[in-house]
Amino acid sequence: MTPLTGYLLVAALLFAIGLAGALTRRNAILVLIGIELMLNAANLNLIAFWRYGPHPEALTGMMFAIFSIAVAAAEAAVGLGLVISIHRHAHTTDLDNMNRMKG
Amino acid sequence: MSPVFYLISAMTVAGGLAAVLLKNTVHCALALTVAFAGLALLFLQLDAQFAGFAQILVYIGAVAILVVFAILLTRGSETPKDGVYSRNWPIGLVIAAAVFSVLGWAVLQSARVLPNETAVPKVTVLDIGNALVGRYVLPLEIVALLLTAATIGAVIVALHEKEGAK
Repeated sequence: MTPLTGYLLVAALLFAIGLAGALTRRNAILVLIGIELMLNAANLNLIAFWRYGPHPEALTGMMFAIFSIAVAAAEAAVGLGLVISIHRHAHTTDLDNMNRMKG
Repeated sequence: MSPVFYLISAMTVAGGLAAVLLKNTVHCALALTVAFAGLALLFLQLDAQFAGFAQILVYIGAVAILVVFAILLTRGSETPKDGVYSRNWPIGLVIAAAVFSVLGWAVLQSARVLPNETAVPKVTVLDIGNALVGRYVLPLEIVALLLTAATIGAVIVALHEKEGAK
């Protein structure tokens, strides 16, 4: 097994764990945690391909990962702000009880 | 494959598993921090020092703290009476398992054609900075705008509503 295969398998496993968390948990914050795990798994793939691919000096994978980290941080801030706002409005973060769009 | 890689991977995957499996939400956030730290170590293993330290700063320093704040502000640490898993959790588990099998199968099938450059890339932070303000300056500006908009948006969304506005 080459090193790249190992990293890709770890990233796939992390992605699946994050997906399972996002799909099975009731708490909206835990769903966001699952999404963060999936984004991080994608970053690991980008960095691994950058390291073991040809022309690492072009920095393509590295730049992709850095921008992905920045976008994920913005997503986390807005997502958690939304959760706090919904909690203030509906007094719950349980996604099974959030079944209407009317306030 | 070095033993260090296996150790860090085991720690990362264990952190991720704990983050989605534990009952107490605060424990989940702490496990998530462990997973983020493991990922930062994996980045360092991959000779991506800048990405590794950015991961530590952004994820452990900001996102994990933000998650803990959100949990405490929503009183999410109380375990609900009717379980922490959604009603249709078996479907989600099946989907995740299917996605993992497909991804793992694809990776193992393409193992022969994947690139395997062994030379350590000689990339310094100076090169990354030059690339950021040179070739990638437009994406950098867009990300700066996005971060500003996201910060303002998050504050406005989470702002207290005025009394009597409802």
